[in-house]
Amino acid sequence: MSRIQTAFENGKAFIAFITCGDPDLSTTAAAVRAAAENGADLIELGIPFSDPTAEGPVIQGANIRALKGGVTTDKIFALVKELRRDVTIPLVFMTYANVVFSYGAERFISTCKEIGIDGLILPDIPFEEKEEFLPICRRYGVDLISLIAPTSENRIAMIAKEAEGFLYIVSSLGVTGMRSEIKTDLASIVQVVCQNTDTPCAIGFGISTPEQAAKMANLTDGVIVGSAIVKLLERYGKDAPPHIGAYVKSMKDALRS
Amino acid sequence: MTNPKGRFGVHGGQYIPETLMNAVIELEQSYNHYKNDPAFNRELTELLNEYAGRPSRLYYAEKMTKDLGGAKIYLKREDLNHTGAHKINNVLGQALLAKKMGKTRLIAETGAGQHGVATATAAALMGMECVVFMGEEDTRRQALNVYRMRLLGAQVIPVTSGTATLKDAVSEAMREWTSRISDTHYCLGSVMGPHPFPTIVRDFQAVISKEIKEQILQKEGRLPDAVIACVGGGSNAIGSFYHFIEDKDVRLIGCEAAGRGINTFETAATISTGRLGIFHGMKSYFCQDEYGQIAPVYSISAGLDYPGVGPEHAYLHDIGRAEYVPVTDDEAVCAFEYLAKTEGIIPAIESSHAVAHALKIAPKMDSDQIVVITISGRGDKDCAAIARYRGEDIHE
Repeated sequence: MSRIQTAFENGKAFIAFITCGDPDLSTTAAAVRAAAENGADLIELGIPFSDPTAEGPVIQGANIRALKGGVTTDKIFALVKELRRDVTIPLVFMTYANVVFSYGAERFISTCKEIGIDGLILPDIPFEEKEEFLPICRRYGVDLISLIAPTSENRIAMIAKEAEGFLYIVSSLGVTGMRSEIKTDLASIVQVVCQNTDTPCAIGFGISTPEQAAKMANLTDGVIVGSAIVKLLERYGKDAPPHIGAYVKSMKDALRS
Repeated sequence: MTNPKGRFGVHGGQYIPETLMNAVIELEQSYNHYKNDPAFNRELTELLNEYAGRPSRLYYAEKMTKDLGGAKIYLKREDLNHTGAHKINNVLGQALLAKKMGKTRLIAETGAGQHGVATATAAALMGMECVVFMGEEDTRRQALNVYRMRLLGAQVIPVTSGTATLKDAVSEAMREWTSRISDTHYCLGSVMGPHPFPTIVRDFQAVISKEIKEQILQKEGRLPDAVIACVGGGSNAIGSFYHFIEDKDVRLIGCEAAGRGINTFETAATISTGRLGIFHGMKSYFCQDEYGQIAPVYSISAGLDYPGVGPEHAYLHDIGRAEYVPVTDDEAVCAFEYLAKTEGIIPAIESSHAVAHALKIAPKMDSDQIVVITISGRGDKDCAAIARYRGEDIHE
């Protein structure tokens, strides 16, 4: 059993996304600790990419700020190593295929194992291309997280059957970012998922308020929030960690109720 | 040459978000159906001939041949197509396919604006809605084409993210497609992106080499010694090469935009300076840094200003079937002026990269040898930028 399963043992899971190096790595470290201390069950650490094609304007902006600040894959590995002295919740990397491929897949994934990264989310690696990294992920015990989209339809069962870690259910069409309304028939998607796997699933894309989180958690095992947290970093910069802590607490409380 | 998963050697593939997977699968199935449908092919041929003006001429450039004193030079005049470039070949095919698939809206990326203009044209012709994404920097460099697209009824969205050029326009078009799939076809303009686009676009552009072959056999009774074309994503080049790939004695030469030189950071010569990577849905060569961040490339030509190259070109490079050479801004501008003065033909600055390489190799070849240069587009759109390059400020 991978460490990721433990994220789903405290009721509905709250999963937080943070772009590493926005505005700098010491703020990232403080933000991760603030989120963990306030109830985040799993944290997705974004390794910035120059051209994040699955991201909306908020996370695109974070990627640009982080890269301008000089963050690199190696510096992020060092950050995780440092975080792992006291942060025990599961941590996964969320980045784009070229960041892993260019570093050398084996070198990248073996380092993940070494520093305590439990999984990998790559939005530009669909089911058909997962062989690119899956054999190496298996060898090092790093879960390659699969995504299911509102358009997946006949593909849901196939993806769910081979899911590892957790299943990332994309709530809406389009890119990441806050939405006032989520219209996808998520209940039907989750039903097919549950018929095909015991792997827990979490919904992301567009969730920002405690009300939305509570509503989504009725359907699944957890919720993923990215843009709303990144927005706090954009607004408060180095002073964002306490705001992130308070926000995470409000979201986790909503999931408990 | 394409295997079922759309691979060219190690290149190609479908590295895209799950949200788009059913869309590309549906596209592939529809394409495989219609490409063998006689009615579809009749309709497309009718459009290419009667609307776009095909076949395009293969013109013997006699003055240029004499001036260079080497190989006999022919120009494949894609610049004479309706809308002024080879882009219309692919767009008419994809727009017709989209219409058959029940789509009512076309979206496209554009660099120089030629693909955007072609897409806007096809959308107007077929009564479809059209939205074109164009880097803000390019909307300034190619203001005339922006106006043409609007005149044709398209909405032009300036893209401000990243470097505000072609790669960012592609990213933004992909983002738009993930948000609206059911009524929208992404009319990709080059032999790039996820499978099946590199194959579809190549097939629709292959008409160029099919015609070259027929025309040169008729005029000269033999195949050319070399075919030269410019390469950004590589659609006019693959179109020019395709029917010669099995004719091993025909040299296939792709000319990449070297910008200010391949030893500078201001270049877009992917095969000369890039390495293997995964981006925009495909595995291929990309200009990137040591951590895989895509490089902000540069060329005077908005149409070649792209940090990657189509997967089939990457494969032809790997197996040594095609050669890829860098051509600088300066060489391209000189070739632009040379062809205007020598033959009375103003080529697009993109195509001028191919002309520039011919200026280097033709004089060293024998007079019984034949070189075909694809003039992929006309240069009217570039006049203001070239004037600026020469220090002259003219208003469009």
